[in-house]
Amino acid sequence: MVSEKNIIIVCGHYGSGKTNFSINLALREREKYEKVLLIDMDIVNPYFRSSDYADVLDKKGIDIISPIYAGSTLDIPALSPRIDAAIGGGYQKVIIDAGGDDAGATALGRFSERIERAGYDMLYVANMYRPLVGTPEKGAEVLREIEAASRLKATGIVNNSHLGEYTGADTVRLSSDYIRELSELVGLPVVCTAVKRDIADECGPSVSGLYPIDIHVIPPWKE
Amino acid sequence: MSKRVLMKGNEALAEAAIQAGCIHFFGYPITPQTEVAAYMSKRLPKIGGVYLQAESELAASNMLLGAAASGIRAMTSSSSPGISLKTEAISYMAGSDVPALIINVQRGGPGLGGIQPSQADYFQATRALGHGDFQVLVFAPSTVQEIMDLVYLAFDRAEEYRVPAMILADGMLGQMMEPVVIEKPQTSAHEKPWAANGHKNVRKHNIINSLYLQAEELENRVVERYRRYEAIKAKEQRAEEYLMDDAEIAVVAYGATSRIVKAAVKEARERGVKAGCIRPITLWPYPTDTIVKYRDKVKCFLSVEMSMGQMVEDVRLAVNGAAPVEFYGRTGGVIPEPGEVLDKIMELGR
Repeated sequence: MVSEKNIIIVCGHYGSGKTNFSINLALREREKYEKVLLIDMDIVNPYFRSSDYADVLDKKGIDIISPIYAGSTLDIPALSPRIDAAIGGGYQKVIIDAGGDDAGATALGRFSERIERAGYDMLYVANMYRPLVGTPEKGAEVLREIEAASRLKATGIVNNSHLGEYTGADTVRLSSDYIRELSELVGLPVVCTAVKRDIADECGPSVSGLYPIDIHVIPPWKE
Repeated sequence: MSKRVLMKGNEALAEAAIQAGCIHFFGYPITPQTEVAAYMSKRLPKIGGVYLQAESELAASNMLLGAAASGIRAMTSSSSPGISLKTEAISYMAGSDVPALIINVQRGGPGLGGIQPSQADYFQATRALGHGDFQVLVFAPSTVQEIMDLVYLAFDRAEEYRVPAMILADGMLGQMMEPVVIEKPQTSAHEKPWAANGHKNVRKHNIINSLYLQAEELENRVVERYRRYEAIKAKEQRAEEYLMDDAEIAVVAYGATSRIVKAAVKEARERGVKAGCIRPITLWPYPTDTIVKYRDKVKCFLSVEMSMGQMVEDVRLAVNGAAPVEFYGRTGGVIPEPGEVLDKIMELGR
């Protein structure tokens, strides 16, 4: 359980793995709740977004709200009016997959008051192997920018440190100092450590708060 | 030891340029290359560089011409429709022998087209990056790591031959994330006695110019440049050969498409069809020598592209009638799936 709240916002630096984590989170929450919604709020990047994986979610009975032109060839960042109805509406769990950095989190700001009223956790997905957030200080800076843009406060950190297909148990273990320092810098708890399911056993008790995930975001030659 | 990091193709294009000593970037945002500019805007001010978002693509490429004329390493980047706008200055760079780097992260066309990956700018890159008699060096990476290597090489060779160079990527490669090791380039910037960087009263003015009103003088300039092109064709062809030793079907593909093709080639072999892949790494100069090496050995060639069939013409020119040359492609931003390519290989293998 990463959050008891009605709304879970997944934010972070570009390419930190927000979308893949959001999909996993939605699938996991669906095991507990009947009515789960994933809102794809990434209006910055038209590639590799959670709307592209709608069929995986649909099969499990998870609702999804995408930007209006997602999946079309139009590069128009328009959010769906359905988001207004969904926040604080009848869903037992609402997961919001925000866009990268402060630019991507800006879209959240418009909904911040309603999100606060409904009750939320905002999880900051951190990957120490991303060069622009490669030190805890830089990671903290990006988090502060996201908070300012979204007018919301992060409540926890998800350690999603990985190197794509080169990820091994050591890759994850080596991130523990970084994540501890980041956690101390921003004064937030580490909610979980997301690891590929096939190396979860190997990570074992040396990694705290293990959260096994499947990889949904993959290039066509791996499908 | 160099550190391994996880990078987007677009970020690697930018970081590689910085590692190669390019701290002057002039650009304009366009999907799917915007992360190149975004990355530069974050990194360059911190290291004393210049990031400039120009008022238009043409302005950005004219700024590049000016910056590179002073002898520094500089670059611009865009995606297909934006590259069309840049071509005037690219022709001027070629005409005034200024080395500079231009990046094209291709999307579907023509016109505004779409924002999904494409390889439909092959003709533009290899034949028509502007008016007049000229070529630019064109490099086509297929992995995020190779992006780093080819950006280094592109700067180096552009300076060696005094020609503009292009990295021809596509939206898939620009957007995908892979682990990369960032290593410093082996080579450093070349001497540039021609650069317009201030004569300091110790030498004559250096003039960077592409205007030659006397026909014979202009002809001489162009002919001299074509001698350099001949040297480039002799020395700079690059291609990767994958499972080609005993191949009967040679599938030719570049960039991200080659990775789909390799997956299909491997599967075809498991089904008893001896396929292999030739992956051009330089598109100009085209690796004609590699194609020639195999043209009497294989049963046929198959060019696979994210276009209606452009590179296939260079395959045909190289094969020169020695074997059949087939084509399979998807366009408009549709990425061919390994299964589709496999079907085509199996059909030819029958």
